[in-house]
Amino acid sequence: MTPLAAVLNEKQGLDGRRDAQEKVVQISARNFNFYYGAFHALKNINIEILRGHITAFIGPSGCGKSTFLRCFNRMFELYPEQRAEGELLLEGQNILGKRVDATSLRAKVGMVFQKPTPFPMSIYDNIAFGVSLHERLGKGRMDERVEWALRRAALWDEVKNILGQSGMSLSGGQQQRLCIARGIAVKPQVILLDEPTSALDPISTAKIEELLHQLKKDFTIVIVTHNMQQAARVSDYTAYMYLGELIEFDVTDTIFIKPRHKQTEDYITGRFG
Amino acid sequence: MELFARRKWTNRIALGLSLAAMAFGVFWLAWILFDVLRLGLGGLSPALFTKMTPPPGGDGGLLNAIAGSFIMVGLAMLLGTPIGILAGIYLAEYGQRGWLGSTTRFINDILLSAPSIVLGLFVYALVVARTGGFSGYAGVLALALIVIPVVVRTTENMLILVPNSLREAAFALGAPKWRVVMAVTLRAAKAGVLTGVLLAVARIAGETAPLLFTALSNQFWSVDLGQPMANLPVTIFKFAMSPFADWQKLAWAGVFLITMGVLAINIAARIFFSEGKKQ
Repeated sequence: MTPLAAVLNEKQGLDGRRDAQEKVVQISARNFNFYYGAFHALKNINIEILRGHITAFIGPSGCGKSTFLRCFNRMFELYPEQRAEGELLLEGQNILGKRVDATSLRAKVGMVFQKPTPFPMSIYDNIAFGVSLHERLGKGRMDERVEWALRRAALWDEVKNILGQSGMSLSGGQQQRLCIARGIAVKPQVILLDEPTSALDPISTAKIEELLHQLKKDFTIVIVTHNMQQAARVSDYTAYMYLGELIEFDVTDTIFIKPRHKQTEDYITGRFG
Repeated sequence: MELFARRKWTNRIALGLSLAAMAFGVFWLAWILFDVLRLGLGGLSPALFTKMTPPPGGDGGLLNAIAGSFIMVGLAMLLGTPIGILAGIYLAEYGQRGWLGSTTRFINDILLSAPSIVLGLFVYALVVARTGGFSGYAGVLALALIVIPVVVRTTENMLILVPNSLREAAFALGAPKWRVVMAVTLRAAKAGVLTGVLLAVARIAGETAPLLFTALSNQFWSVDLGQPMANLPVTIFKFAMSPFADWQKLAWAGVFLITMGVLAINIAARIFFSEGKKQ
């Protein structure tokens, strides 16, 4: 058995009920194109991402997977030379429409970045900052929300006595879980993760992967990763991208065990990329 | 082997020359500091802080000049700091591209390197000539014009150093731009921005030329900003040029006070900046 197949077998045991879940489309792209100035970075992408599942995007560097992820919360809008065409639907509504407000969209679609980015403020305020942007909570209810988010991010026990300390004093793995807590505290529908463990050690990585399993009950998770074992371990669906095109998208097991495209197979077996 | 020996010698020569250059600079600096200490310490006495500037041959201190300097430097900072920080925020966060940002940056650089006597003459023509008299207000304005470009420059530079990933993370939570700037980027650059403010204080504490044309000086106690106001730099200038030994002694004491004050501010700024970075 190949190492990847072993990983998948183990996952089946943990996760056997997956197919029983209902299939509701959370995000879909229709004829989606993206440009950096004149460079055509994403080419006519069509995809449906299901609610309550983890969808992974894999592919060699520069294939456009991070670019695509940054469209789901309209992050690209910060840079005037970048633009998107086509439709990107969140629960049926085109989020690229002029009438959709980017700040309220981002309350529904949270994001965790490659490098941990704690704000220069206390652990408590790191979480309260995002919540206070969208909700008016009293002190008591804010305390509850902060605790809830930290518990869901499996960080509460480590920080409950040092909530007043700077978020930057935590270790890298703790900082990344703080960023996840900060994201879920806003209670989004979708969490986007852009290579969330590539700057972390294996133990911190394992903790975060375990965490993703817990979180997918309540959130739709989309993860971009360079690490194919990670995609195989954590995701339900996997999309393989190459040079701005979506080559193959299917149930993760299918992608890793019997991909339809030769290109996908070459990539996941390490013959290319 | 030949080549290696030659490189070693080249290295020795380069090291020797740079050490000599450093020694030359430090030698004069040390001499200046030594003279300031030797002559300034001699003039130190309680009277310095309790008595007004005396007439020649009289008994006195520098109280009115010290107070005037504190008032004018303080007000110039109150005026210049918010304008400088806000303009720096504009340049770093809003005006990175576009003609307004680059024009402002260019003009600010000119202002930053303008000789302070030019600013003094400008305020003289603008305020003193029109109101018909030297005043503390004119002095405050001239000093604020020196503060603004310094604060603009440091604020912009410190904000640019904040990694973009931090801004993106705040935007990703759904924060509007002004919240991102005020709550996250400005806070991340806080130590650097405040260091810039402290360095601006140090810069104007010893400025003489702009005050000579604006606040002038005042022999007596006066905290009326509408009148000419005593201050340390102009008093030092006046007293040091005089033929009277007791005035010269007071001038050295004033030089000592300013030097120590600026030194203390610089040390505070360094400590502040390194503490801020550790956070």
